[in-house]
Amino acid sequence: MAATTTSSDVKLIGGWPSPFVMRPRIALNIKSVGYEFLQEQLGSKSELLLKSNPVHKKIPVLIHGDRPICESLVIVQYIDAVWASGPSILPSDPYDCATARFWAAYIDDKWFPSLSGIAKAQGEEAQKAALDQVVEGLVLLEDAFVKCSKGKAFFGGDTIGYLDIALGCYLGWIRVTENMNNRKLLDEAKTPNLVTWADKFCSDGSVKDVMPETDKLAEFAKVLMAKFRAPPPN
Amino acid sequence: MAEPVKLFGVWASPFSWRVETALKLKGVKYEFIEEDLTNKSDLLVKYNPVHKKIPVLLHKGKPICESLVILEYIDETWKGISILPEDPYERAIARFWAKFIDEKCNHALWTACWSKDNEQEKAIEEACEFLKTLETQLKGNKFFGGETIGFVDIVANFIGFWLGIIQEAVGLELLTVEKFPNLCKWIDNYVNCPVIKANLPPRDELLAYFKARQQPPTGPKY
Repeated sequence: MAATTTSSDVKLIGGWPSPFVMRPRIALNIKSVGYEFLQEQLGSKSELLLKSNPVHKKIPVLIHGDRPICESLVIVQYIDAVWASGPSILPSDPYDCATARFWAAYIDDKWFPSLSGIAKAQGEEAQKAALDQVVEGLVLLEDAFVKCSKGKAFFGGDTIGYLDIALGCYLGWIRVTENMNNRKLLDEAKTPNLVTWADKFCSDGSVKDVMPETDKLAEFAKVLMAKFRAPPPN
Repeated sequence: MAEPVKLFGVWASPFSWRVETALKLKGVKYEFIEEDLTNKSDLLVKYNPVHKKIPVLLHKGKPICESLVILEYIDETWKGISILPEDPYERAIARFWAKFIDEKCNHALWTACWSKDNEQEKAIEEACEFLKTLETQLKGNKFFGGETIGFVDIVANFIGFWLGIIQEAVGLELLTVEKFPNLCKWIDNYVNCPVIKANLPPRDELLAYFKARQQPPTGPKY
């Protein structure tokens, strides 16, 4: 009989605005696992973070017992395997699992860079091209949703799964980008299923307390952009 | 009767090689379909419309793309030798290092081999830092997987075999025994491991392939 996990057994090093940190938080919520959330401050990295993730020095890091696990999707898979008695996060069928992993890799390797590319685009034309690219990616994901969900509410079926978490964590930032650029990225015309999915995802019990409010995120984005656009020291 | 397994790949590609190695480890029979990347087949484009890249595994008529995704699929579908560790923590560690090697190391190494002047200097420095990290991680173990090869070793194939050949082709000395004794020992264990040895593309042909190119084949993932 597995011992009950007390929240002191599980720590998560992260930050509330980070979509990557949101992933393990959602996963832990799905499994009803309590954890201590250790928030990093913007601009500095704690001793614990540097010690737990010496290779990348990045959040999130899950510390289970005294063992660190790094990389958000690696952590989500770990959580799914360790707390196996809870609702499943990865599909049980190997082909469905491969499909979820494929799209999660696409989201992180191709689609997310296009989203962060919007802020870096110089000039109106470049910005429009960057926004178009993001929408193109979402149209592909709309198609993936139809195939994966098989008529149900989420990529994972009746409940939130791996691919829902992989994409859903970016919804706050998508909204901030839409407001900043005065343009819908997730819209009824091109991605109707994703629009419906987004609402269901954000109001799900395992998500709603960890999804930051758009206003708060927008304020944070301003702070972040000011930091990056600051002129380099002479 | 077993469902046919097909693999779309390129003989020189480290990425399709990973999949072949995994299939061979599991004792799975497959048909290898050689792609001409300058003239991609209709089937490749049909099975991988998003990236239009090799490798693509076709099992029960359904395509699986992206080499790391395919490796996990193979491990989950066929019994036999485990590619990934059973223990969830060890599995997480394996996935972490596979990602590090695939995303950071290989990219830096590829750039270091093919770039010139200042860009090359910078790339070499970065690549060496990543190799140092791997050197430490090996901790004198025979393989990244411990006593036997595993997921990380398969994913590290570029370092295990291709890198030495490309270094020779372009005249670069990056991975030396003085700087990286653990890695060099690992390479030795790797290329002499029976399932690996039997599966490697012919060294002289691969060398000629890379020497013939003044420009690198399109990007790290071809």
